[in-house]
Parts: sequence; C-alpha cells; structure tokens
Amino acid sequence: MAHGSSAVEYRNPAVRWIDRRLPIFSMMHREYGEFPTPRNFNYLWNFGALAMFFLVLMIATGVMLAMHYTPSTDQAFASVERIMRDVNGGWLLRYLHMNGASFFFIVVYIHMFRGLYYGSYKAPRELLWMLGVVIFLLMMATAFMGYVLPWGQMSYWGATVITNLFSTIPWVGDAIVTWLWGGFSVDNPTLNRFFSLHFLLPFVILGVVVLHIAALHVTGSNNPTGIEPKGPQDTLPFHPYYTMKDTFGLAVCLILFSIMVFFAPNFMGHPDNYIPANPLVTPSHIVPEWYFLPFYAILRAVTFNFLFIPAELGGVILMFGSIIVLFFVSWLDTSKVRSAKYRPVYKWFFWLFVIDVLVLGYMGSQPAEGINVLIAQLATLYYFLHFLVVLPLLGKFERPKPLPRSIAEAVLPRGRSAAGMAAAPAE
Amino acid sequence: MDKALERPMRSITSLFAAFAVLLGGALTPAIAAEEAPTPPAQDWSFDGVFGTFDRAASQRGLQVYLEVCSLCHALDYVAYRNLTALGFTEAEVEAIAQRYSVTDGPDDSGDMFERPGLPQDRFVAPFANEQAARAANNNAYPPDLSLMVEARAGGADYLYGLLTGYVEAPDDVELSAGMSYNEYFPGHQIAMPNMLGDGAVQYTDGTEATTQQMAWDVTNFLAWTSEPNLEDRLNTGRGVIIYLLIFAGLLYAVKRKIWAKVH
Amino acid sequence: MADTTEHGADPEHEGGTRRDFLYLTTAAVGVVGLGVAVWPFINSMNPAADTLALATVDVDLSALEVGQAITVMWQGKPVFIRYRTPEEIAEAESVDPAILPDPQTDAERFPVEPNYMVVVGICTHLGCVPLGQKSTDPRGDYGGYFCPCHGSHYDTSGRIRQGPAPENLLVPEYTFVEEQQIVIGEA
Repeated sequence: MAHGSSAVEYRNPAVRWIDRRLPIFSMMHREYGEFPTPRNFNYLWNFGALAMFFLVLMIATGVMLAMHYTPSTDQAFASVERIMRDVNGGWLLRYLHMNGASFFFIVVYIHMFRGLYYGSYKAPRELLWMLGVVIFLLMMATAFMGYVLPWGQMSYWGATVITNLFSTIPWVGDAIVTWLWGGFSVDNPTLNRFFSLHFLLPFVILGVVVLHIAALHVTGSNNPTGIEPKGPQDTLPFHPYYTMKDTFGLAVCLILFSIMVFFAPNFMGHPDNYIPANPLVTPSHIVPEWYFLPFYAILRAVTFNFLFIPAELGGVILMFGSIIVLFFVSWLDTSKVRSAKYRPVYKWFFWLFVIDVLVLGYMGSQPAEGINVLIAQLATLYYFLHFLVVLPLLGKFERPKPLPRSIAEAVLPRGRSAAGMAAAPAE
Repeated sequence: MDKALERPMRSITSLFAAFAVLLGGALTPAIAAEEAPTPPAQDWSFDGVFGTFDRAASQRGLQVYLEVCSLCHALDYVAYRNLTALGFTEAEVEAIAQRYSVTDGPDDSGDMFERPGLPQDRFVAPFANEQAARAANNNAYPPDLSLMVEARAGGADYLYGLLTGYVEAPDDVELSAGMSYNEYFPGHQIAMPNMLGDGAVQYTDGTEATTQQMAWDVTNFLAWTSEPNLEDRLNTGRGVIIYLLIFAGLLYAVKRKIWAKVH
Repeated sequence: MADTTEHGADPEHEGGTRRDFLYLTTAAVGVVGLGVAVWPFINSMNPAADTLALATVDVDLSALEVGQAITVMWQGKPVFIRYRTPEEIAEAESVDPAILPDPQTDAERFPVEPNYMVVVGICTHLGCVPLGQKSTDPRGDYGGYFCPCHGSHYDTSGRIRQGPAPENLLVPEYTFVEEQQIVIGEA
C-alpha cells in the first residue's frame, strides 16, 4: 500500500493538468506502477489477470453479437446462423464468445483453487474472497442465461430443467417458476428476459470485479509462502515485473484458447444445440455446459427424502449449499498457517478435494444410474465434509512446517542477501 | 528454461491437461451412450488443421441433395448464392436457383405469387411447414439438413455411416410398419428408407453413382453447409497461432530480461 | 508510466541497444496484433452477406400510366419512379445546365428511356424524403419534388434548383430487362 507515499510530478503539462484535478495517472502509478507486490509469485498468480482479460473479451464480443442477435423464439436460432454465415467475421465473434465462456470458467476455477491451496481467503482477505464468490455466482447466472439464447435443444431443455429447480421450493415454488418464465413454460417472454439479463449481468460482474480489486489493493496480494511481506526486500514494483509476467502468461493462454477457437470450436459444446429448440421433443440425455457439471452431480446426488425434505428439494439445497459454503471458508479453516506449502496434511486433503470435484464433474456428465449414483453421493459427501469437518479440525490437529522468517529468506538461496542477486533459480 | 519457471509452467500445463482429459472423458461417453455402434472414422478432406472442402465431391453432393434428399429435407440456412463458394460460377448459381419456384409477395393486389428462384433466395423447402412434412412422411419429420454434420455426435462419420448403414434387420428385430433397419441409427429403426441405391442419380461428371460414392459426396456437401466458413476459420487460426507463438517468444525474452536482476 | 519523473522502479538503467531493440520489437508486434484483432469487431458492423445479396429489386412498370408515380423500396430507401408527361420531359430538357447548382442534362440522367424518371427519394441535403409522389403533394416551384425539411426544390428531372441541397436526386443504377420492367441496383 503506497497511499500518499509518492507525490508524483508529471513532466507532460497535459498529464499534469489532468492529474491535479483527477488523479488517475498517479492512481494508476500507485496501484499498477510501483504497487509493492510479493516477489515470489508463481504462474498461478496470472489467473486473476487472465480472468479480467476474458471478462473484457466476453463483453466486447457479446456487444457485437447482440447487434445481430434477435431475441425471439421464431428468429433466435436463425439469427445465430445468420451470424455464423452472413455477418462479416460473425463466426469468429461467436466462437470467441462460446469458447471464451469456457475459458473464463477454466481460468476462474484455477484462480479459485489457487486461493484454496495458498489460503488466500484467510484474514485479512475474507471480503476479497467473498467478493470473488459473488463474481462466481454472477458468472454462473450469466453463463446459464447466455446458453439459452441460441435457442437450440440444449438451450431450451437446460432452461426448462434449471428453472424447474425453483418449483421444489415449498408453497411458493410454482409461483416463482411461473414468474421466472413469464408464462407457463420456457417461451418467448423467458428468452427475452434472459437476453436482457445476459446483457446486464456482465456489467454487474465488472462492478464487483472493481470491488474485488479494490479490496485486493487494500490488503495486498497473498503469495506462495502465505506470509506477509515484511519490507522492500520482499516485494517488487508491479510494473514492469508483473505486468510483463502477466502479459507473457496471457500470450501462452491465448495460444491454448486459439487452438480451441480455430481448430475445435465445438469441442466443448453439445451437438444437440445445433438442432432448433423443440418443446415437443426432449433430448435423450440433457447435460449442462461442462462448467456446471460438478454442481449438477450434487443436485442429482440426493435420491432419497431426508426427514421432511423431499429428495428434489434436498438436491437443490445441497447444490446451492455447495456454493454458499464457499462464503464461509475463511472461518471454517482454523489453521493459522495460510499456504499449503507449510501444511503437510492439508496439502493431501486439498488434492483429494480437487479429485473429488473432478469426479463430481464426470458424474454430472453421466446418466444417473447404477454405481454412478453412489459415487456421486460419496463425492458430494466429501465435498461438504472437506469444508465443514476437515478444514475446521485440521487447523487444530495439524502440525505445520516451520515458516520462513520472510519471503526473501524463503525464495532466495541461503547465505546470500536479497541485494545484488544474479539470475539464480528460486528455491 | 530456468527452474523457477519450469515448475509452475509444468503445473499449469498439467492443469490444462487435466481439464482436457476431464472434458474429453466427460463428453464423449455421455454423447455416445446411445445403443448404436460408433461408425468408423473416415478420412475427410476437411479434417485437421489444414482441412479444405473437396469441391468436386461437394458439387456432386449438391446434385445428390437436389435430386434425392431435397424431396423431403429442407436446407433452410443455405442460400443459392452461397454455392459460389463450392466453385460454381454466378451463371451456374442463377441457373440452379431458377429451377425452383419461390413464393413471394404480396403483390399490389395483396396476393402471394410464384416466381423463379434468385441467387439471394435460400434453398426452397419441400414442405411449407412441419405438419405438412409429417403428413407426407408417415408422421416422421425429415429434419433440416443445413447443420446435420454439426448437429449429430460423430459428425460426418456418423452421417456417412448412416447413409451406408442400411442392412437386413436381424431375425430377432421386429420392424415397425414403414421403418427400415440401420446399423448406426440410435435404436436402429429409422423412418427414412435407403434412398441412395446404386444409380439413384446420374452424375454429370461421369462418376459412377454407387451408394458409397453418393453417401460420400452428399456428406461432403453437408459438411460444407454446416460450416461454410471452415476454411476461413482454419486459415485464420494458423496465422493467429503463428503470430501468438512469435509474440509469446518475444514476451518471454522481455520478461526474462526484466527479471534477470532479481532472480 | 513513461511520464513519471522518478524511475526508481526501473530495474535497469544501463543496457544497450539490444535490449531496446527487443522491447521495441515486442511492443510493435503487440500493437500490430491488437490492431488486426480489432478489425473483425469493426468489420462485423458492415453490411452482412445476405444484406448485400438483396441489393437489387425488380419493378414492373406496366401498370403505371402517364403522369403517375410509384415508390418502391430498394436497399431500405425509397426509389421514386415517375412516368413523366411530355410537358414535364420538355421542361426538363429545356433547362440550360449551366445555370444549375449541380449541372446535368436530362439526357445524362435518363439516357435510355426518358419517359421514366427513376431517382432515390432522399434529399441530398440531410436525408429527408421529399414530397411530390402523391397527386396531392406540393411539388415545389419547379414541378418536381419539394423537401419540407429545409425547403429544397427539385425539378421534373429530380435536379436541385433552389434550397440548401447540394446535389441532384441520385439516379440509382438500373436497367430495363423488358420494355416495362426494370431492375434497380444492376447496371
């Protein structure tokens, strides 16, 4: 935090004139120029910037697509095909948008797992983490509504199944679903409002991202050791060190992204969504987009009534619960040590949790029958055990490894001071 | 590559790999979980990073579509003008369009009228609506073919397999009235009879019209109708990736230079 | 950030042209890439292929009688077609082009079939649709069209005679495919 640390005088008179009245240049300089950033980030710290890039890409392509898209059940599918065939470069914009959604989620999932591994949610970064969970929830809502817009078979039936979840709410469920639909089934009013909200929500996300970053710049970033910087020897100015590292990471990510967009643009989609929506024919196997699969598995895992809660409602509660629980991670984890690097036992549980989520994702893609149901139930059980039992208890019983005294001590070779280091391997 | 970089790079690569495996594993079996066998993979000219459409096959495929498929199947998202991309001249496109009658209007007296097709018209559909199509086809709806290759798991391989997959029904299968047995159709009972018997069309270029040949040609044609911009996409993609590789290389060099002092 | 006076953050002050060359090359490559990437976004707002394909319209003139006019839509714009009376044609031909704001003879404008005046019905001033197609419309001081927005007067050849409009009403490309049938948008 460099508040008021440097009164910057600008040589350029125009810049100086503006900056005295609206200090955007000195703010940018403070927050992105000299901002003291831990010197030991690994490449997992790129993913916040990558997520920002994909948000901007989604908004940019989305605005262009909206200029050609028609939100009406008669014309939605045809207007998307017109974008693909007739609009100049329309195919590129749509494939960027489709695959951009998937990459946005990949990047955000890695960003979240990084936070879980290195304990980035712990004090004083609780609000920072919670704002991130809000962004994640908004992303899910936005992605869900966006997937409905092409009005293919999966759009229609996905919308039908997911909106019907609300009908499980006792007493008011049906009224809520009718209200969501604006009718008695997913139809033109539904499509219209989803389009409106799909356009609106990304800007809400952008707003929460600004808060997320503002909170980040109050506490400063966490780092792989999980210990706070103790002085200038532990930090580097954000520019040029991390601007360049982020840009390089972005270029690498864009290579992978381009491979998907140009050589396998429909790999993450579903062929049924190239069939126009038909309210009379349900696809043999409805699956949500891949990024919802773990939650879809949790939804379907509840196959039995629990006390007075019917199975359907139980599934909905658990599905929402699986995200709500993320809000409380900062307090559920009782360990004093942040980074899993110094938590020998937590490290194992973390990877178990990653595998658990992957298993849930796989189960979400499979028909819920036979052994699949049991596997999904066990995986769901562990998902909640991890947060509600493992994290609280582990902090009490685990014996963390000794922490280094400072970041510099952790990352610079022993016996050499931070000053005047030649290019030497870290750790 | 210095070691400090190598480890996180490796973990990122493996994360992406894990996602790819997850996706591949998650999607493939789910989609292919129908009871029909997976049709054998064919060697299509439009496959791969350097794919292009086989113009000659696609032109023959258009003939198969127009003379056989179009009796029942529409091609709603394709316009006659698009055919220039398959190597037809504008005059040929006009001639093809003129063979079809398009309903236009209303005229000054308020009536709809018929006129010969124009290049800007979309392919004329055989039936006015789904109900008419069902009424004429034993209550089965012949789907629009514009996106057939993208709208089916297995894509072109599936389509080719289906068109060449008509076999005698096994003894233990009781076919419903008007249904045919197809090896690759989910559930095997398909309302579409085998339309591509040997010699079903007379190719203008003298190619022998075997079932395999016609199925091959029309699949090539429908791969083009599904994604007419495929060649554009692959061309652009190759350029973009070469550019990004160079740019990433430069950025890496810059990044290393900047970090050289503090590592 | 290059504007700041304090460069304490800069890790390297020494260093030769090789480093500068690398930085400049990378920046140039990045800027070029960004520029190229922006193009598809801009170009997507240009007319799409199906829009361009609808660039022509057929008009049957057989029902039109002398003195009558019809308006047809072409590329989203009104096209005025008038079967001119012999007096109107004579008047249009009698004007000395030298006195006109936008000098053009009637024969230059309608060389093939002077009986029909075919013009895009959009005032060349600011894009209003001039009056004069309906029999009850005012037709201005020169018997052609009158634009109510800012008072431009067009004559029986659609040429600007008085008012703020800088140019004559545009004659679209059109051809007679039959004696009384034209295609607008095709030379």
